[in-house]
Amino acid sequence: MLDRHNHVLQLIGVIVLALLILPLGIVVVTSFGTEPTISFPIKGFTLAWYANIWTQPAFVDGFQSSLTIALLASLLALLIGVPAVYALTRFDIPQKAWFQTLFLSPTLIPEIVIGFALYQTLVIAWRLPLWPSLLIGHLLLCLPYVIRLVTSSMLHLDPHIEEAAWTLGTSRPRAFFTIVLPNIRTSIVAAFMLCFINSFNNIPISLFLNGPSQNMLPTAILNYLQNNYDPTVSALSVVLMLFTAVLMLLMEKLLGVGALTTTETN
Amino acid sequence: MQKANRFLLLIPAALGIIVFALFPLIQIAIPTVTSGANPIALYTQFLQSNYDLQVIFRTLTIATVTTVITVLLGLPTALWISRQSVSWRQFLSVIILFPILTNAVVRNFAWIIILGKNGVLNNMLQALHLISAPLTLLYTNTAIVIGSVYLFLPIMITTLVDSANGLNPEIEEAAAVLGARPFTILREIILPQMAPAILTGAILVFSGAMTAYTTPQLLGGNRHLVMSTLIYQQAMTLGNWTNASVVAMVLIVLSLIVLGLLRWYTGRLDRRVDHA
Repeated sequence: MLDRHNHVLQLIGVIVLALLILPLGIVVVTSFGTEPTISFPIKGFTLAWYANIWTQPAFVDGFQSSLTIALLASLLALLIGVPAVYALTRFDIPQKAWFQTLFLSPTLIPEIVIGFALYQTLVIAWRLPLWPSLLIGHLLLCLPYVIRLVTSSMLHLDPHIEEAAWTLGTSRPRAFFTIVLPNIRTSIVAAFMLCFINSFNNIPISLFLNGPSQNMLPTAILNYLQNNYDPTVSALSVVLMLFTAVLMLLMEKLLGVGALTTTETN
Repeated sequence: MQKANRFLLLIPAALGIIVFALFPLIQIAIPTVTSGANPIALYTQFLQSNYDLQVIFRTLTIATVTTVITVLLGLPTALWISRQSVSWRQFLSVIILFPILTNAVVRNFAWIIILGKNGVLNNMLQALHLISAPLTLLYTNTAIVIGSVYLFLPIMITTLVDSANGLNPEIEEAAAVLGARPFTILREIILPQMAPAILTGAILVFSGAMTAYTTPQLLGGNRHLVMSTLIYQQAMTLGNWTNASVVAMVLIVLSLIVLGLLRWYTGRLDRRVDHA
């Protein structure tokens, strides 16, 4: 039987889990090494590489702009995405399928191509500064998540509840804010978290849209790795893993245990 | 609500995508058909170059091998996870989710440490006297495949666990009582039920691996370019924007073809399940 006592399944399962966790564990260990290049197993123990993160302006600035862009892009995506989803799910719009395809179309374009196209059009042709271009790029990344998650929760919400409020004299906007919004808040929080994480971690779009004056954290690490191989990156990786862990805890607190394991992450 | 107002809610999102995604895409597509001798000159030139064909071939091979390995490793792992107790299953799902949410640079960086000339793996093999000189593992196609598998395996597992949770173990028990061996159960009962999920996972992994930038950049180096790293190199290192656009267009077309094929096949599978 292929139940949980099946030795083959168990063996493969344990090996795969170990292979998923061990590489990250090695990164954690190397961040404490005293040698100037990364070595494993480490000799000695130091926290100096953690202090070194803060001496790299590219990392500090990059963290700030990655955080700002991720927050703003996620909020903007909700701000323009939720009304669009509401219109598509509540009104009889003849071109519904057309709009759905349009809203999800950014997922069909490889991110690296989005980055390149935005660089050519926004930065080169329209001479837009890098910062707004980055925000637009990350907004395109986020919007499909909002559309997908909020649409499915709007379809589960009984429209009659809202209609009952209208007949009792509530205005449309008030009904939306007091009845619809509280009912779909789980999907809104989930969409926000997914947008935030994906924007914060994004590389292909940021790659074309950053420059000496405008760093993003992931691309700053990528640049640093071109010329350096010291444990600073290990230390920074540990900080980012802690950041991920905090976000996961937050998701669990806000959305419940089930949300963590069922949320579609791609 | 008035008709105009309904569209008002749609306009910001629709306009945003048209102006900032579709228009720029057309902008980079136009020079690829206007600057050559004839509309498709640049494309035929690209497809006749041995070097460029090699890049396309490498991109597709890496994506294919990655997809196959993630299915082979992901399926047994997903089955194993789905057969644990609820609390244990939740713990394992969190372990799987953690790498997905961790930055791709961090995850690839881990493999630089492992695969490098003085890396963990070479040191270990030398300590065990299995090899006398360090092997070249980093900056190879294999390294890109390893990195891609590491990147996408959790996504495959998550997709498959959802489907494996829905399997009815009683059917397998019935088959076992009737004398079916585990492998027969896997082939005749589990695989047909999980086929749609395997295809969904394959779509996610293949399109992800085919268009990924970070992994080939960090683990492949400059001598093992794939299409996404070629786009960046042409555009930013060589300043040849038209060539970069040609590669971008070929990448979009190829990924749409592959996605279309896999979706078409999924549709056929769904119909088969409906008829059954």
